[in-house]
Amino acid sequence: MKILVCISHVPDTTSKINFTNGDSEFDTNGVQYVINPNDEFGLTRAIWFQEQQGATVTVVNVGGPETEPTLRKALAIGANEAIRVNANPTDGFFVAKQLAEVIKTGGYDLVIAGKESLDYNGGMVPGMIAGILGYNFLNSCTGVTIEGSAVTAVREIDGGKETVSTTLPLIIGGQKGLVEEKDLRIPNMRGIMTARTKALAVVEPVEASVNTKAVKFEKPAAKSAVKLISPDNLDELIDLLHNEAKVI
Amino acid sequence: MSILIYAEYAEGKFKKVAFELASYAKKVAESLGTTVTAVTVNAGDVSELSKYGVDKVLKVNNDKLTGFTAKAYADVIKQAAQKENAKLVLLSSTTDSIYLSSLVAVALEAGFASNVVGLPVSTSPFQVKRNAFSNKAFNFTEISTDVKVLGLAKNSYGIFENTSSLTEENFNPTIGDNDFGVKVESVEKVSGKVSIADADIVVSAGRGMKGPENWGMIEELASVLGAATACSKPVSDLGWRPHGEHVGQTGKPVATNLYIAIGISGAIQHIAGINSSKVKVVINSDPEAPFFKVADYGIVGDAFEILPKLIEKFKAFKLQQS
Ligand SMILES: Cc1cc2nc3c(=O)[nH]c(=O)nc-3n(C[C@H](O)[C@H](O)[C@H](O)COP(=O)(O)OP(=O)(O)OC[C@H]3O[C@@H](n4cnc5c(N)ncnc54)[C@H](O)[C@@H]3O)c2cc1C
Repeated sequence: MKILVCISHVPDTTSKINFTNGDSEFDTNGVQYVINPNDEFGLTRAIWFQEQQGATVTVVNVGGPETEPTLRKALAIGANEAIRVNANPTDGFFVAKQLAEVIKTGGYDLVIAGKESLDYNGGMVPGMIAGILGYNFLNSCTGVTIEGSAVTAVREIDGGKETVSTTLPLIIGGQKGLVEEKDLRIPNMRGIMTARTKALAVVEPVEASVNTKAVKFEKPAAKSAVKLISPDNLDELIDLLHNEAKVI
Repeated sequence: MSILIYAEYAEGKFKKVAFELASYAKKVAESLGTTVTAVTVNAGDVSELSKYGVDKVLKVNNDKLTGFTAKAYADVIKQAAQKENAKLVLLSSTTDSIYLSSLVAVALEAGFASNVVGLPVSTSPFQVKRNAFSNKAFNFTEISTDVKVLGLAKNSYGIFENTSSLTEENFNPTIGDNDFGVKVESVEKVSGKVSIADADIVVSAGRGMKGPENWGMIEELASVLGAATACSKPVSDLGWRPHGEHVGQTGKPVATNLYIAIGISGAIQHIAGINSSKVKVVINSDPEAPFFKVADYGIVGDAFEILPKLIEKFKAFKLQQS
C-alpha cells in the first residue's frame, strides 16, 4: 500500500496572531511552525500501517522552502520520503489541485490529510482532492483499518459516531482518534539522523485557477472586563444571565 | 439566478441551522434582488421554511438517500444549483455540511469560503468575513468565480422570521451508483443527551474537577439548563470523559449562546475553540486563571462549593419561569 500524508505547516498552537503590511499578511515574526495537529494524527496512523502492514509513507506539503524543516520532522518521525510542491499555498482549491497531481503521478492508494489546518481553518483540501479525483472520501475520520483494498472506518458525526465501509483508493480528512494523543510519535535522535539522508523531492506546481483570495485580516475587538460575582450572591449571576445577557 | 440553501432535516424536523441559513440567504437575496430556494432530502413537511424567507423548496425524496452519503448528497445539491441557476450556494457548519461543502464546490467549479461569520461585506467584488487562525482572527476572503459556495458558521447570523409564500416542487436528480462508494454500516448516537453541535448552552469542565467521579454535578447543571456537557483536552486525554466532548483548537469548536466553564484554566488552545460563544461564564478558584480575561461573568471560588448551590438556584429559576 502506498500512503500519502498531506502535511500543513502551521503556526504553533500557542502563537500570538498578528498581521503586517496594512493587515494584509500574517506576521511570521517570532512564530514557531509545526506539523498541523490533525495531520500529525494521520502521519502516526500511516507509520503504523508502514510498520504493521508494510506500507510506504510519503509526506507532501505545498509551500516554499521555509516549510522543509516541517517535512524533515515528518521524515524523522518515520515517513519514507517527502515531496514539496514549490508554491505559495494561497487558496484551498489551488492546494488541492497540486496534491491531486502528486496523487495521480505517484499512484497512492490511501491519502490522509487533516480535516482542517489550524491557520486558515478552511476544511476544504481533503474534500476538494476527492472531488477532483473522484476517489472515495471520508471526513472527520477517527479510526481506520484496512485489509487488502477493503476499508472499515469510524467518523465523527454530530452527537455521535458512525462506522462506514469503503474501498481504496481513498482520501481521508483525519483528526484526533486516528491514533491517541499518547501514541503520537516524536522524532528520536536516530530518526533525525536518518531523515537527513531521505529524499525530499521538490516539484513545480501545475496550473490551477485561483478561486479565492485572502484580502485582509482583522483581530477581534478587545473585550470589556469580566464582571465578577461573589460566590455568596449567585442570584446575581442568574439575574445577569436572564436580564442582561438574555441567554437563559 | 437564485440563492440555493441546503436545509438539513433529521429525525422528523429541520435542524435549527437550516433556519439560520434561510434567514441569512433571505437577507442576501434581498440585497441582490433575487429569491431563495432550499433543497431538502427526504424531508416531510417543509412549510416551516417559509417562516424564514424561503421562496421555493426542491423536495428530493429517494430511498437510496435514507442514510447520509456525502457524494450522493453533494450530487443532489449540485444538480439543484444547476437547475436553479444558483450563483450562490449556502451550507451550514454541521459535520455533515462541512463534509459536503468542498465536494459541492469542486462539482460546481465554485470558489468556496468556510466558517463565514456574517453577511457579505461587499457583493461586487464578492467578499465575506470568516473565522481564521482558530478564531484568533478574522479573514476577509474574496471569491472570484461565477458560482460561489459559502459555509456559514453556526450562531454567527441568528434566526430571523421573514414570511414568504412558498412553492414546493418535487425534484428527482440523477444519482449514480458510484455515489455510494462509502457505505454507512452503523450509527451510534449518544442518546437522551443534548449534543454540543445542537446546544444553545454548553456546560464544560476541566481538570479542576479532580476526577470523573465528580462529573455528576456537571451533568446535573447541564440537565437543569437543557445544556450539553463538554470538557477540556486533558480531561478527555485522561479518559474522564469521551473524546467527543473535548472542545478547543484541536477538539470541537463551540459557538453557543452561553458557555459555562468550570475548573478550566483558559489555555490559549481551549479559548480558541470557544471564542465565538456569545456569553462566557467562568468558575475558577484561581483569580489569576487566564479564562477570566475572556469571560463575561466570573466567580472566583471552589467549584465543589459553588456548584451544588448554583444548581439549586437554577432549578428554582426554571421552576419560576415555567
Ligand atoms: C497542540 C496542543 C493542542 C491543544 N488543544 C487543546 C484543545 O483543543 N482544548 C483544550 O482544552 N486544551 C488544549 N490543549 C491543552 C491546553 O494547553 C491546556 O493544557 C488545557 O486546556 C488545560 O485544561 P484544564 O484547564 O482543564 O486543566 P488545568 O490547566 O489543570 O487547569 C485546571 C483549572 O482548574 C482550576 N481549579 C482547580 N481546582 C478547582 C476547584 N476546586 N474549583 C474551581 N476551579 C478549580 C485551576 O485553578 C485551573 O485553572 C492543547 C495543547 C497543545 C500543546
